[in-house]
Amino acid sequence: MIEVEDVYFTYPSGVEALKGVSLTIRDGEFVAIMGENGAGKTTLVKHFNGLLKPTRGRVLVDGVETTKVSVATLARKVGFVFQNPDHQLFCETVDEEIAFALKNFGFNQDVIEKRVSWALNLLGLSQYRKTSPFMLSGGERKRVALASVLAWDPKILILDEPTIGQDYQQKEKLRQFILQMNAQEKTVVIVTHDVEFVAECNPRVLLMRGGKIVADGEARKVLTNPEVLEQASIVPPQIAQIFLNLSDLGFPRDVIDVYEAREVLLKAFRSQKQ
Amino acid sequence: MSFFDGLRFRRVSSPIHNLDPRIKFIYACVIFAVAIIFWQLLPLVALFVLQIPLVLVAGVKRQWIRSMKGAAFLASIIFFTNFFVSFMSAGYRVTFTALESALAMTLRFLVLLGSFSIFFLTTSPDHLGLALEQSRVPYEFCFAFTTAVRFVPVLAEEAQTIMDAQKARGLELEKGNFLKRVRNYIPILIPLIVSAIRRSLELAEAMESRAWGATKKRTNLYVLKLRRGDYLFAAITAGILAAAIFIRLHFYIPRLEELLTGTI
Repeated sequence: MIEVEDVYFTYPSGVEALKGVSLTIRDGEFVAIMGENGAGKTTLVKHFNGLLKPTRGRVLVDGVETTKVSVATLARKVGFVFQNPDHQLFCETVDEEIAFALKNFGFNQDVIEKRVSWALNLLGLSQYRKTSPFMLSGGERKRVALASVLAWDPKILILDEPTIGQDYQQKEKLRQFILQMNAQEKTVVIVTHDVEFVAECNPRVLLMRGGKIVADGEARKVLTNPEVLEQASIVPPQIAQIFLNLSDLGFPRDVIDVYEAREVLLKAFRSQKQ
Repeated sequence: MSFFDGLRFRRVSSPIHNLDPRIKFIYACVIFAVAIIFWQLLPLVALFVLQIPLVLVAGVKRQWIRSMKGAAFLASIIFFTNFFVSFMSAGYRVTFTALESALAMTLRFLVLLGSFSIFFLTTSPDHLGLALEQSRVPYEFCFAFTTAVRFVPVLAEEAQTIMDAQKARGLELEKGNFLKRVRNYIPILIPLIVSAIRRSLELAEAMESRAWGATKKRTNLYVLKLRRGDYLFAAITAGILAAAIFIRLHFYIPRLEELLTGTI
């Protein structure tokens, strides 16, 4: 569980990035943090594993205040996959890359080998085991970065912009994968601009603007509320746009899912025919 | 990183910021030259104090002090090595001469850093490039130089992100003995170097696609021209140099020992 209590954060340069954020993320929740550039999304999630410490207020991970323990200790519980995989890849082969964190956490050799194979398999990277991570494509590098964090099986997983540079198929795989993690009672937090991706996943959505949370709730409620979306400079998902415009015909306003939209429309057509 | 902060330009306007970069550069060099021709403490202190009004007029007090603080460690190393060498050569006795020469060396370093810090804090990379170009330095070199200067903060920021990313994977930089600590930086350095190389290749492509080097003779939107203030500042600089040489040749400068014991 992550508890954020009235957190303020000011960067050394004097920029105040968080201005009083409070929220609780329970175990097993799936949360998407959205908002315009510079709203404080990444700053907020960097507090979850102690990379940043609040200037005022406090952050507790499973009841432990982040200022009391090292990032490495917190990282064991909170896995953080950065936006740009090039900021972390440095090993000669993909399997060494994935083993790096496991060695840091002091797993023994047998366990490391097992975990590396497991993570490679999970993300479809087994054939690249002995390849240099620098030889892989952008999307593959992103998956290596993800695998290198998943390998130690953190309880909470934070993904910063996981869908950037991924084609539809990879995004779909990522979605399945997140839902699978979620089904295993893992907490998943994603930071993203990809409103269609969020609409398909239907997580809890946190909208941020100017260092504050402006909306917090189910995706189908938040992403169909034009006022708060405009505040956070987000365009509603396409399905939501259609249904917002159809609301005067008696259609529900809170539809974001393609399949649900299809059902609603089919029902309307059928009743019209009769 | 605080050391670099002192050399980072911020876009503000002040009489010093508006001066011609060439004159400011000459000023910094003159101050350095004057610091070298004196070995006594008194004129070096005066030279150091001379920088303070400039800092105040430029309005860069905070950044300047920060860069001086950043240099404190290096300054103390300079002081102690100098002091120990003269301490040992004087037969393990603390003498005023040893103290003075060590202090003078340290002050020279601080004067050098202080004057160049003023130069870098008040000169934009664009102006710097322009000054180089108008001093007939080939454009390729000017471009390389200004690009390098401009990318320092970008690189510093990137290094921070990489450090965060590796810490999030359980890397503990401050763990282990000296050798282990040095090795801890490999996961930081490799991504940093790789991304710097990648960026430079991308930059080269971007430049080529914008017709870099298409014409041999380039023209500039802005041209540096000396104005009244520049001539005034140049005169002050020349005055400092002349006065320093005159004092050095014709005046007796009291040493630290004589100042403290009052035997002039």
